[in-house]
Amino acid sequence: MKTPIQFILNGEETAAFVESGSNLLDTLRESVGDLSVKGGCWQGTCGTCTVLIDGAPRLSCVTLAETCAGKSIETTAGLRSGADLHPLQAAFMERFAAQCGYCTPGMLMAAKALLDRNPNPTRADVVDAICGNICRCTGYEPIIDAVLDAARGEARRRA
Amino acid sequence: MLEFRKDIFADERDDNLIEIGQPTARQDILGHVTGTSPFYDDRRFADLLHLKVLRSPHPHARIRSIDDSAAARAPGVKRIIRAADVPVNLNTMLSLMAGAGAGYGAAGQWGKDDEPSLASDVVRYKGEPILGIVATSERAALEALAMVRVSYDPLPAVFDVEEALKPGAVSVNPAYPKNAFEYYGKYDHQKLRFGDIDAGFAQADLVLEGRYQMSPIEHAPTETNGSIAVPDTNGRFIVYTSTQALFFSLDTAAKINAMQANQLHFIGGTVGGGFGGKVDTLTEPLAILAARLTGAPVRYRLDRHEEMQFGSPRGAERIYIKDGIMKDGRVVARQVRAYFDSGAYTRLSSYAVVKCTAHIPGPYTIPNVHADVYCVFTNRTPATAMRGFGVTALDFALECQMDKDAIAIGMDPLEFRILNAYRDGDMKAHRREAKNCALVECAQVAAEKANWPLRDQFRRMSSREGGSPERGGIADRTRTPAVSRAPAHTSAGRTRAPSVPTPVAPQRMAYERPAPATPVRPAPAQQQPASRHVPPPAAPTSAPAGSTHGAPRFSSVFGTRRR
Amino acid sequence: MSINVKTFSRLAEAANALSSERAAHFFGGGTLIMRAVNEADPGVQTIVRSTDPVLVHIGLSSGRIELGAGVTMAVIIAERELSFLHPVARAVGGPAVREAATVGGNLFARSPYGDFAAALLALDASITFAGGLGQREQPIEEFLGRRDRGHAVVATVSFRRPPPDSFRFSKVTRVHPKGISVLSISAQVPFASGRVTGARIAYGAMAPTPVRAKAAERALEGRSLDAAGIAPALAIAADGTSPADDAIASAWWRREILPVHLRRLLLGTAAA
Repeated sequence: MKTPIQFILNGEETAAFVESGSNLLDTLRESVGDLSVKGGCWQGTCGTCTVLIDGAPRLSCVTLAETCAGKSIETTAGLRSGADLHPLQAAFMERFAAQCGYCTPGMLMAAKALLDRNPNPTRADVVDAICGNICRCTGYEPIIDAVLDAARGEARRRA
Repeated sequence: MLEFRKDIFADERDDNLIEIGQPTARQDILGHVTGTSPFYDDRRFADLLHLKVLRSPHPHARIRSIDDSAAARAPGVKRIIRAADVPVNLNTMLSLMAGAGAGYGAAGQWGKDDEPSLASDVVRYKGEPILGIVATSERAALEALAMVRVSYDPLPAVFDVEEALKPGAVSVNPAYPKNAFEYYGKYDHQKLRFGDIDAGFAQADLVLEGRYQMSPIEHAPTETNGSIAVPDTNGRFIVYTSTQALFFSLDTAAKINAMQANQLHFIGGTVGGGFGGKVDTLTEPLAILAARLTGAPVRYRLDRHEEMQFGSPRGAERIYIKDGIMKDGRVVARQVRAYFDSGAYTRLSSYAVVKCTAHIPGPYTIPNVHADVYCVFTNRTPATAMRGFGVTALDFALECQMDKDAIAIGMDPLEFRILNAYRDGDMKAHRREAKNCALVECAQVAAEKANWPLRDQFRRMSSREGGSPERGGIADRTRTPAVSRAPAHTSAGRTRAPSVPTPVAPQRMAYERPAPATPVRPAPAQQQPASRHVPPPAAPTSAPAGSTHGAPRFSSVFGTRRR
Repeated sequence: MSINVKTFSRLAEAANALSSERAAHFFGGGTLIMRAVNEADPGVQTIVRSTDPVLVHIGLSSGRIELGAGVTMAVIIAERELSFLHPVARAVGGPAVREAATVGGNLFARSPYGDFAAALLALDASITFAGGLGQREQPIEEFLGRRDRGHAVVATVSFRRPPPDSFRFSKVTRVHPKGISVLSISAQVPFASGRVTGARIAYGAMAPTPVRAKAAERALEGRSLDAAGIAPALAIAADGTSPADDAIASAWWRREILPVHLRRLLLGTAAA
């Protein structure tokens, strides 16, 4: 049985017709077509599917889509504004904070959740912010460095 | 920061580097940070179907019956795929590399087809695929799978490599009833023979043995294995895949589906973490078959549990090393016996064993080397490549052993390695001349960086000094099987002359070997064992003037070079 | 077939639906139940939710604290008055999990999860249900022994506010900073005139549900909080536990390290 839901996605009014019990990850990818959100475990354990819901980091694979009605959702697809990358995106590029790229969208959203609430994080704050996101490639250090760079406003870059 | 030690081997190369040493952005990193790098699943199809697979819950069992009638009628189910539907339901991955024409008989150099895409009579590891269900949603496919009734007769299983090789062990793989892969159709292991291992141990002041074990390791990429097969036109299929091995997977899928390779268009590119775990072509063959049978695009995606259980791991390895060491620090004998746990089927393990054998005894000049390396079948998930497979586990064992050797004779472990390292011109156990050696310099720089004290004589050593074919000595003393050809040269003398200017005084003897009960019969020319005669430095191999990349390319160890 | 999702504004109605629907489960934060849905677990056919405000209510009176079963770990961390519970809430998952994981969900989470429930056990919490017969209250220990039976829905938990600096918590994991418990220890250790009185110690991941370490509690009664004073309690720290072998740790290992971590917690030398 399908239910209509409406929410705001990256600042745009969006609607989807979802199978009852659908998770937000499948809804965003398959109903709405936002492929920037990735799925890694479908169990809520790897963090790959992290999005922001009303500013809070959430695991979209274990979020019931219907509970998102009326909420504001942010994904990686909405990070850049036009040609300008978000400072986190620029910092990840400069610090080699992505190799295979699969964990990157989730990492960016977890990091954004941190910086939106705490513009001046310590290294320990950054580690805690990404502790729910698994990366199999980088060893995490470049990612932590990139988030700290972005916080310090050191990344200025046009795509 | 990257530091270039251009002072080392400066005369051997042109150091006008353009790319190396400069930070270069990955060509796809912009796509990664914007979430636009296309992974295989980043495509939408309005009529996409979903393939899910029923897997064996037993490590070894006979399948008595399968009843999929209820599943076939379940809502959303479009097609059931059974073993009988698979056009070529037996394969081995490396059959692509050398066919029967390679001169080793119908088995080919790389073994027999031994693995089904869907098991029909026997299952040989937990997670082995038995049956596929294609449905309009993953949920519908999973619910239908739950309706399939399979009855099994569990069979005894074997999980240990040495148990598997004992006579009377449970037979895992019918293509290799004694649980060992057969090379060239008749050899059940890889051999390396150099010098006279028994004489080496007899000569040695100390003998040290070690047993090393590595477990299977799962790559656990953030993106699981998967593919989407899409009917194109004129009997062709487009396949979006997570594979690391695009052409390899294409040819494997073509063989299993009895298709021509030009009927398949594989699109890969962005792999969400491979590390070797996306070379086994786990999903493409059945995804293509499902697309053929339904006429619709089909996605076969492993969930995280399947990735852990069914996704092939780095194979477990068990390695026995026995070293004969002199008090002055030279390793004079190394015997290795190693077992690769291939799991239930061959996949790439036969090749891993060749790589392992080629790597023995490590980057050290040892005059007597003896190795037997086995590829063994057990009732475990078939193993595959991972990050230097065939070599990395062996290095772990060898380097642990080197440390123990050094401790046993009271020598600094770094100096011990420098002493035994290959020099240019040494003869390696594989009858190749050592060239472009650099372990000595690497160890010296590492010591400097770590503030690890090295004695002057070791800081002055060089890979380019003191090497020679005679330093190890070969040929006459090698006990080889009858078929090997006579050596082209004899060594000048039996003198074991290391390039160490002065003997190293041991500080501790923890594992002193007792004097032999009977006198050892010395080989004919072994009259000056204690001589410290240093042979003249090997004439430097001329570096061609103006050559920029002088090192010879890595050459195949697969035996494709005819002797 | 697809899942049924039923949302009720009143918790009592949700409780009724839970008992009348087949394979129905109450939806807390979804961190555990959505996994089952994603895997098409046949045991989950209906999800029952409620938007009743009682679920997100926090009551902070001078003596007693009441938490709605739908209060998330993130909300607890944001509430300054609950700072003694922050170490516990911070130890649940990573930041995204904490935004969804609820007090009520943790009460039902299978070992080795359920560290917040273990803390509630050490706090002698009472569980309040909404069911067909109206509100019922039950001591948490009794609830944990029977949580697999019945379809009552937890509305709130409540407990007496512990004296300042008397509540301690330690979670042992293999992966830092976030990881599933090898074990966790929650303890109220009231301390007056150099003596412990009325200690409460609860373990997570040392049994199928959180359990009280009653033998250790008795052995601490009237003792000093130093190495000599706690030695008898450490010797029997694992009494009454039945830890499992799982992918995280073996039962043997859990029993071996339990007294080590209990000692550190009691002596104040536990890692931050």
